[in-house]
Formats: sequence, C-alpha cells, structure tokens
Amino acid sequence: MANLTQKIVPVLGGKLSITVNISGSGPPIFFCHSAGGFYWDDFLENLSKDYTIYAPYFPGTAPGKPDEIEQLEHLWDAVLAYDDAIEELGLEQPIIMGHSFGGMLAAEIAAHRKNQTRKLILIAPIGLWKEEASYTVANWCALSFPEMKEVLFHDQSCPRVIKRMARPEEGTEEQALWDRDFIWTIGCTAKLIWPIPDKGLCKRIHRISAKSLIVWGENDKLISPSYANDFKHAIADSQVFTLPLCGHEPPLEQTEKLEFAVRNFLSD
Amino acid sequence: MKIACFHLMPYRDLEPDFDKKYDSAWFTLPFEDVADRAMVSKYYNWTLDELIHAAHSGFDGVCTNEHHQNAYGFMVNPNMMGSVLARATRGTDTAIIQMGETAVFLNPPIRVAEEYAMLDSISEGRLVAGFPVGLGGDYAYSYGMAPMEQRGRYREAHDLILKAWKSDKPFAWNGKYYQLPMVNIWPKPSQEPHPPIWVPGNASPSTWDFVIEHDYSYCYLTYFGAKGAKHMVDGYWDKVEEAGKDKNPYRMTYLIPVGVSETDEQAEKEYGPHIEYFYHKLLHMPEQLLLPPGHMTHSSLTHVLTKRPFPAYDEFNDMGFKEFNDRDYLVTGSAATVTAKLKEIIKDLNVGHLLLLPQFGSMPHDKAMENISRISEGVLPHLKGIWDDEGWEDKWWPKGQAGVSQTKKEAS
Repeated sequence: MANLTQKIVPVLGGKLSITVNISGSGPPIFFCHSAGGFYWDDFLENLSKDYTIYAPYFPGTAPGKPDEIEQLEHLWDAVLAYDDAIEELGLEQPIIMGHSFGGMLAAEIAAHRKNQTRKLILIAPIGLWKEEASYTVANWCALSFPEMKEVLFHDQSCPRVIKRMARPEEGTEEQALWDRDFIWTIGCTAKLIWPIPDKGLCKRIHRISAKSLIVWGENDKLISPSYANDFKHAIADSQVFTLPLCGHEPPLEQTEKLEFAVRNFLSD
Repeated sequence: MKIACFHLMPYRDLEPDFDKKYDSAWFTLPFEDVADRAMVSKYYNWTLDELIHAAHSGFDGVCTNEHHQNAYGFMVNPNMMGSVLARATRGTDTAIIQMGETAVFLNPPIRVAEEYAMLDSISEGRLVAGFPVGLGGDYAYSYGMAPMEQRGRYREAHDLILKAWKSDKPFAWNGKYYQLPMVNIWPKPSQEPHPPIWVPGNASPSTWDFVIEHDYSYCYLTYFGAKGAKHMVDGYWDKVEEAGKDKNPYRMTYLIPVGVSETDEQAEKEYGPHIEYFYHKLLHMPEQLLLPPGHMTHSSLTHVLTKRPFPAYDEFNDMGFKEFNDRDYLVTGSAATVTAKLKEIIKDLNVGHLLLLPQFGSMPHDKAMENISRISEGVLPHLKGIWDDEGWEDKWWPKGQAGVSQTKKEAS
C-alpha cells in the first residue's frame, strides 16, 4: 500500500474545500474517480511508482464531509472547483485522467483547460449520448447491489473485484455504514448528471487539444463500447485502446493491461 | 374528531402471478402488459363514486393523493379528482383534502398555488392543502429530477406558494431553483389567508421540525401498523412539547385501512385477500426504487440503515391477513370491534384527524361501497365526539361551510 497523504485545498472562492489524496513521485496525474467513489486500487498504486497521483474525493464523498455536496449545484461548479484545485495544488500542465463519471469530468476539465493539459486519459467515460446505445444514470441508480455487480463487471470472480465489492457481514452496523457510504456517494455524483448524463459535453469536447487516450472494456454492459469511437471522432488528437475480457471497470478487471497501455501512451 | 375517507385508486385486478413475473408494481411495470384501459375508466369512476358515497354517508372529508407510473395508485393529478369531488359535494360541509398535489413535481410550483386556489373557490372554502415532499421514486424516476435536490426544492416551493397566497402585490421570485419575474396568482384561495396545511410524512424528524416550525398538522402515513407507529408518533409529540406547543390532537393525522364485517369471524374471508393483494402486489417494489440515492439526507440515511425502524418491503411476503390484522396494519371486524380498536389507536397516538382507507387492494366496487356504509353507520357515530370533552380547537380544518360564504358586497 502506498503512502497516501491528503491535502485539503480551498476552491470556489473558499466556499468549498476539496480533499485530495496524493501519492507517488514524478509527473502529476490528476485523477477523477468514478461514481462509486475514491478507491486506491493496484492500477493507481502501480502508476504512482513513476507519477504523482492527485486524486480528489468528489465533494460530499470524503469521509465525514457529506455536506460538501451542497456547494455544487451544476456540473459547471464541479469543473471550476477541480480547475481551482489544480491551480491550488500548483500543477502545471498535469496529465488528467478519469474513469466513468470521472471520465466525463476529466473531459470537461480538459475542454476548459485548453492548452493547459499535458495529456488526457478517459477510461469508459460517460458524457455523450446516442439513442441507439442509450444508457441512463437513473437505471444505474435503480439497480440492486447484485444487479449492479452484474452490470459493472465482466467477471465478478476476479480477486480484485471481490476485494473492492466486499460488503461487511449481513446485519452488522459495519454493513449498514458501508451501504450508507455507497448510496450517498452515488447520490452525490448523480446530483450533477441526473437523469441522463448528457450535460453538454458534446458542445465543448471539440475544445480538447491535449493528446488523448480512450480506454474501453470490450464487455462493458453499463455503457456500450461503441462510445469509444464517438469520443475518438470528437477529440482531434486521440486514440482508442480496447480491453478484451473486461467490463466497465478496467482498473480492477484488467489492471496490468490498462497500466501497460497508459504507460505506453504517456511515454509516447 | 374528524374522520375522512382516503383513496389510493389502485389497479384492482392484477393477475395472481403478477409479482412473480415483474420486479416491481412501480415505475418499470409496463401498462400494456398488465392493465386494461376499459377497466381503468371504471376504476376512476368507482373511486369517485366511493368517495362521494363516503361524503354523503357521514365522513367529514374525502382525501386523494398523487403517485406516478404504478399499479398501486395512479391519481396522477389529485386536483382533477378533487375538483369533481368539490362540485359533487357542494352544499355540504365535506372537507376536500388534497394529500396532495406535489409542488416539486411541477415547474413552476405556483401551479399548486393556483390549482389549490381554484379548488378552494369551487368548494367554497372546504379545501385542506396537503404539502407532500413527494415519493423519492416519483420525483427521480418518473419526473427525472436529481434526488438530492428534492428537499431543497420542497422548502423553496413551499415558501413561494405561501408568499403567492399571502402577498397583496405582484412580486419577483429569485430562488435557488425557481425564478419568476412577476408572481401574481389568480385566483387567491377562498379561505384567508390560505387553506389549512397538512404535511404527510413517514416519521422523518426533519419533516417534524418543518411541521412544528410552521404550525401545520402532521399526517403520519405508514403501512407498518399502529403498534409499530407508537414510538414514532411519540417522537413527534416529544418534539411538539420541546417547541413549547400544546398537545392538541388535531396536530396529528393518521391513516389506516379499515374493513367492517357483520361479525369478527367474517373479516378474514371478506378482507383477507384484499389486504394481502395490497401488501404483496401493490407494495411489490425493490427498496432502491423507493429510495433513490440522495433522496434522504445523510443523517436520515444513516438512521434508517443502522436502526432499520421499518421492516423491508419484501418481509410483507411472509405475512398474511392474521399478521397484518394482529399488528394493526389494518383494523377489521364487527362495527363494535373496529370502533373499539380505533378508539384505542386514536387515544394511544393522540390523533385528531383519522384517514380511513375503506377500499384497499383488490377490493371490488360493491364491497367498497358496502364497507363505507358499514363504517358510516356503525363506527363513525361512536368516534366523532371522542375529543369533545377536552375542548381542543381544530385549527387545521377548513373554514368553509355550506351556505355561509359571503361576498364582500353581501357582508357590507
């Protein structure tokens, strides 16, 4: 386990403080987590050997700070809050990376920070929408825990998946609090994208000038892998990397292959 | 004591294996798969007939509510029903209790201020204005709004509606959720400054605080039985006391299904299948559909998940009529038995307004009409005077009465 440190940075003119998890050394990667919340996985751990990972808790999802979400009313608030955080952290030309919900945020930040983003990595991002491959946040939030696991993963028996999704024992207070945190985290992220995460990225994505990598699991049941090409067509300097035997969670399901692709992209 | 007839307007004829075939009676159940359009016409008219029958046979009020995309109860606009009821009961003292049109489902929410004012005008001042927060699933899934904003919108919509009713002059509203350049509603309600307000809830302490702060009447709408309700209701009364307010029973409204038979023994046969249909089929819903993520405040979510004050809905499947009846999820039996049980509940919970549900689940129209008649004849007369000797004033009952409303010209 890496030596994670946390830094609290004021954003939005002091109305909000964002808790940023920091680990590693080397060029900075600003990482936006998925709707499931911040989780220090092996993918981030391995990357932190050569890069410094800056991974903020999405406001409202940091332990003990549920009310922070009240400071964000719109997606734009979150983009500006993260832009402020990048400035406060003193990151010049950071690599920006995001997964799923965080992928959409990463794309929005890169569109906003035109020419101030070194590279962009989008792992199964939400944010675009087409009728023929529709998906909704509402449906995602309406899933039971077993259904959610079924939709998220290609192979639920993968050890890293089991570890990530392990709930405490049924009927215990630990489980109740684990459920509380899980539900609350999804509620916080859903606030900005409900009921359909088509919040205008398609009108801003052309601004992304950073060289970009789009990663998608070939067996993603939550969002069709066909969106990978939509992102590729919308971002001028971009490439797609697909992962076989992989669902919506490449960092857990294909850790090494994802790391390999990301390292190649970053060293290119 | 005031006793009103509540109606959910359910789909009464779902197939026996419906709950095996479908995950939910709510939100995702395809209408065309299970519903007959001609039957739906009958249900709406039967519902109105049953409520009008109740009004004409001795109930003090009639009550409707709003839900969406389900078989449980689909009065999607309770004010349409309330409008028919107001006209059909003209010349009586029957309260038109809207429980209610849900402000956060509408944009702008002043539509509620306008429609309630219309209803209060048509009914000549007999409206009770219900202010529900709204079911999380209705708000998030049927109407597509972010669950985390529901309570904030509710507070703002409430403030806007009240100001729209009370203000003498047009005003601009620049809120967090709503912006209107000139609020100047026509008509204003018949009752001045506005109809009495009741707020339904499910024992959320934050709703109690809101009700007590504004001096409204709280309606505890629970399906978990009067026995289980006791400690919740006590929590409400403790808060009332802490706020330095009196224990006026009219601050409290309670809902319960009721079935009257000729004898106690006949109750199970007459009402058992209908209450089981209600709990097993109409409340067939996965928990995550009931409570979308973000609907509850962080503290309420923590409370519900760690304390589990209510049983999970799927536990209903292991219960039958006997359990429901024993736990006072409903009250059935002869008129004497029902009267005695309701008296006990009224006194135990300190309730001034009782909402009875004489049609529940699959109960057909004829049986519902008969049940309403039996309640009216055999139960209501014995309950109405229950608080009379204590001298409480019902400040939450509408002021309009048949033949007493005067125009300004008449008054002068």
